[in-house]
Formats: sequence, C-alpha cells, structure tokens
Amino acid sequence: MSQIAATLDDALGAITDGCMLVVPREVSGVPMDATRALIRRGIRRLHLVALPTSSLQADLLIGAGCVETLETSAVSLGEYGPAPRFAAAILARTIKMKDATCPALHAALQATEKGVPFMPLRGLIGSDVLKYRDDWKVIDSPFGDNDPIVLLPAIKPDVALFHAAMADVHGNVWIGRQRELATMAHAAAKTIVTVDRIHPGNLLETPVLAAGTLPGFYVDAIALTERGAWPLPLPDYYAADGAHLAEYAKMAATEEGFAAYLDKFVYEKQAA
Amino acid sequence: MEFRPEELLADQIAHLIGGVHHVAVGNASPIPATAALLARERGRGRPYVSLLGSPKNTFWTDGARELFDCAGQGRIDAFFLSGGQIDGHGNVNLVEIGAHDHPKVRFPGSFGSAYLYYVVPKVILFRTEHSRRTLVPQVDYISAPGASDANVFRPGGPVALITNRCLFSFANGRFTLQSVHPGHTVEEVIEHTGFDFDRPAHVPETPAPSAEALKLMRETVAPQLAELYPQFAAQIFGIKPQEALTP
Repeated sequence: MSQIAATLDDALGAITDGCMLVVPREVSGVPMDATRALIRRGIRRLHLVALPTSSLQADLLIGAGCVETLETSAVSLGEYGPAPRFAAAILARTIKMKDATCPALHAALQATEKGVPFMPLRGLIGSDVLKYRDDWKVIDSPFGDNDPIVLLPAIKPDVALFHAAMADVHGNVWIGRQRELATMAHAAAKTIVTVDRIHPGNLLETPVLAAGTLPGFYVDAIALTERGAWPLPLPDYYAADGAHLAEYAKMAATEEGFAAYLDKFVYEKQAA
Repeated sequence: MEFRPEELLADQIAHLIGGVHHVAVGNASPIPATAALLARERGRGRPYVSLLGSPKNTFWTDGARELFDCAGQGRIDAFFLSGGQIDGHGNVNLVEIGAHDHPKVRFPGSFGSAYLYYVVPKVILFRTEHSRRTLVPQVDYISAPGASDANVFRPGGPVALITNRCLFSFANGRFTLQSVHPGHTVEEVIEHTGFDFDRPAHVPETPAPSAEALKLMRETVAPQLAELYPQFAAQIFGIKPQEALTP
C-alpha cells in the first residue's frame, strides 16, 4: 500500500484540531503548500513546534488563527524584518508562547527519538528562558561534583510535516543533509511529507542516495506539491522568493493587509 | 580610501576573530558574516566559517543540531550575538521589552543564545543602533546572561561589543571602551550609552580598514555574501542579484 496520497488534503488528514505538529526551520524544506491547505481547511488550536525557528509558516498560521501554543526559539522574516502576526499575537496574548533555545528543541526531540524521558543540556542556567519554563528542571549532575545541569522533557509530536525534493513509490523520502527532518520523523507518531517530484525506482537501492534518505517505514503520507516550499527555499534546489517575502512583510504589517494576503495567496479569491 | 560604516565594523570584527580555527555566524548577522568571510580570505581558507542558513558556507551533514553539538564539543571558537537590549553586565535580551506578562515589544526570540553564549569561548556582541534604548543598565529579559555563578559550566561568554559608534571590550563583568569610530566622540558614546563602563584616559580612534581589506570585502567577500544576504550585499556592496553566486 503506497503512502502517496491522491490529493494534498488527503495526505494532511492526520493533522487534526489540537494536535502537536512539528515543522522545520525556514530553510530546511518548509511545506508551504500544505500550510496554505491547512489554513483553507480551517485547522484550529495547533500546538506548533518549529524546529528550532520559523519564518513565514508560523507567522501565517498564527495570523490565520490556527495556533494555540507555539514552542520555538524565534520567529522572524530574517532580512525582510520581524514576523508581524507573531509579534501582534504575543502582544495581544492570543497564543501561548513557550520560548526555547535552538539546541533545547533538538535535544528534546532526540529524547523521543531515543525513547528516553528527558535529555540534559548545558547553558540556560541563569537565563529567563529557563526561568519561564516550568516544565524544565535543574538537577545536580549525578556524575559531577556541584555541577548543575538542565533537564528537558522529551517532546512527542503527534505529527511531523515537511517538504522534500523527492520520494519514491515505496514511501522513502530523500532529505539530503537536512537530518533534522529524520529526527522529526523518528520522534513524531505520524509523518507527512510533501515532495516536488516522485523518484523513479527505489531511493534505498542506490547507496549515494540511501545515505540521505528517510526510510518509508517512518512515513505515513506523501503528497506531490511541485515547488511546495514556495516562497521559502528548498535547500540545494531553489532559493527563497525574496520579492514575495518582502511583499508579505509589507502586507502582514496590518491586520487588514494580512487578510488581503490570505485572500490573494491562500484562499486565492479572485477580484470580482 | 573612503569606506562605509559597515566595512569598518566588519574589518574590526575580523581582527577580533583573530587566528581561531572555526567561527560560526548565526541568523540575521550580515556584518559578522562579512567579517568571518574576510578572515577566511586573509587566512587562505582558515578559519573554517559556518554561516547558519547558507548551504554553500557550512559543512554540516548532521542537520541543524550539528552547530550546537559542535559548540558543545568545544569545536566552535567564535560566535556573534546581538540583542534588542544589551546591558552593562553583558546580558542580552532577544525576547521582549516590558513586563513578561504584558510586554510592550516582542522580538523574534532567543535563538541559540541561551546555549551558545555559555559554550563558545569568544562571543562578539554587535549592535548597529548604539543608543540608551538598546544599551541599557539592566535588560528586561535575560535571553542569555553575561556571566554565571562559579559552579555553572561556562567555558564561553562575551569578549567585546561593537556598535555603530565604538568598540568595547568585556572582562570581569564590565565593558571597557577600547576605541571610538571615526566621526564619533567619547562624549557622544557616554551620552548614548545607558550603562556604566570603564575607559582609559586617552581613547584611540578605531583604525580605518586597509585598502587590502576593502578590496577583499568588495571584490571577493561581497559576491559570496549575496547567497545568504542578498539585500545587504546589494545595499552595501552594490551586488546585483544576478551576480550572486547561486548554490
């Protein structure tokens, strides 16, 4: 039975209201077609984990009212400025923010990957990042002498969602150097992938490709969405659409502009 | 030779990087990226330079966590941090202004600062807006502290702060004014700095970049920079998008 779904919406079926969804950072293969489809479907109350940061994807989902809790280290449009809907939601207190630091998110997903309840991490002690995380603990290292260290509980996402260059009919997905995508898939109960194209043959049968392949064993659904990361980049394949991101930054600066952006680029409503 | 303020800062940061083995540059850091690439050009391939987010200028093959694991192993010698606020104790704030339960301003977030500030030996702070708004007596939120208690594992921390007006060094929990950039004065630095700092009786002027440094930045570094920072490369160095090296 193939993981390749007939439509994008079919592939996204496992992402339900209130689920914990983990997505990759802005340059690692962000599933933007899928994100727009989720907004069109009217997904609500997501616990969004952005590994370890996000840009347009988190800003869009927050602005469209899809997010209840956001767990990440930063949301920004990079060179195109601050993420306006994210900042507005924090100031209006319409989302719950769990501020983290990048390696803490990687480590907490690695804990789930290894099937252990927590992971220790250096740093953090004395920061307000730690102060406001009542789910993180400091212990004295059992292997040290007066050596305090932070413990992070494992993050167990319901679904991992990302975009990659290609998959094959066996459900194997080529992720190249973006190894955090494998960590996400290992840690999540279900993994949904959108891809630019279907690779003829079996990715695991070619050693050069196999090293960069996430085995289909971990993958629940795949949808074909050509240039599905647009306007964000797909590493080693295409760059970000800078002009579009600049336009987004401008439009999303106000609520009205953001609504117009959604109409034009997400709902694709045509002017009468 | 005429130069832009960004070129002066990048040249100074390249000097601060010095002869290290590996320098990493985080998000939204075009001036430190310029400096790191300049240092690599001068060192004919050393230091190793990792620009976060650039497929061309990273050697990572183990995913986004490799940067942090590498730093944890002690294999990153220099890194850069900025902040919405930086205070006189070297604390940086990348999160918010105002009280935590009802902030007035929200910044993107702490990124990797709450880890890297502790484990990278040479962290160079940079802030291109030097004002009492940004350089404050005490930050509103500590993304990462400038110093830690003696029992906290901390091989790393801040060594310097460079701004659009001057260069400070940092040691023993305090900043010391090292030099003032051409066109700026000590009085102006005092007026626009919200925290106390030490200074010698005579504060030198920050030296201008050499003709060699400017040539390297403009001709060799700028086209490499355009992959990750197309807007910066265009504005500062006049690199047209089509001249940018594509991955």
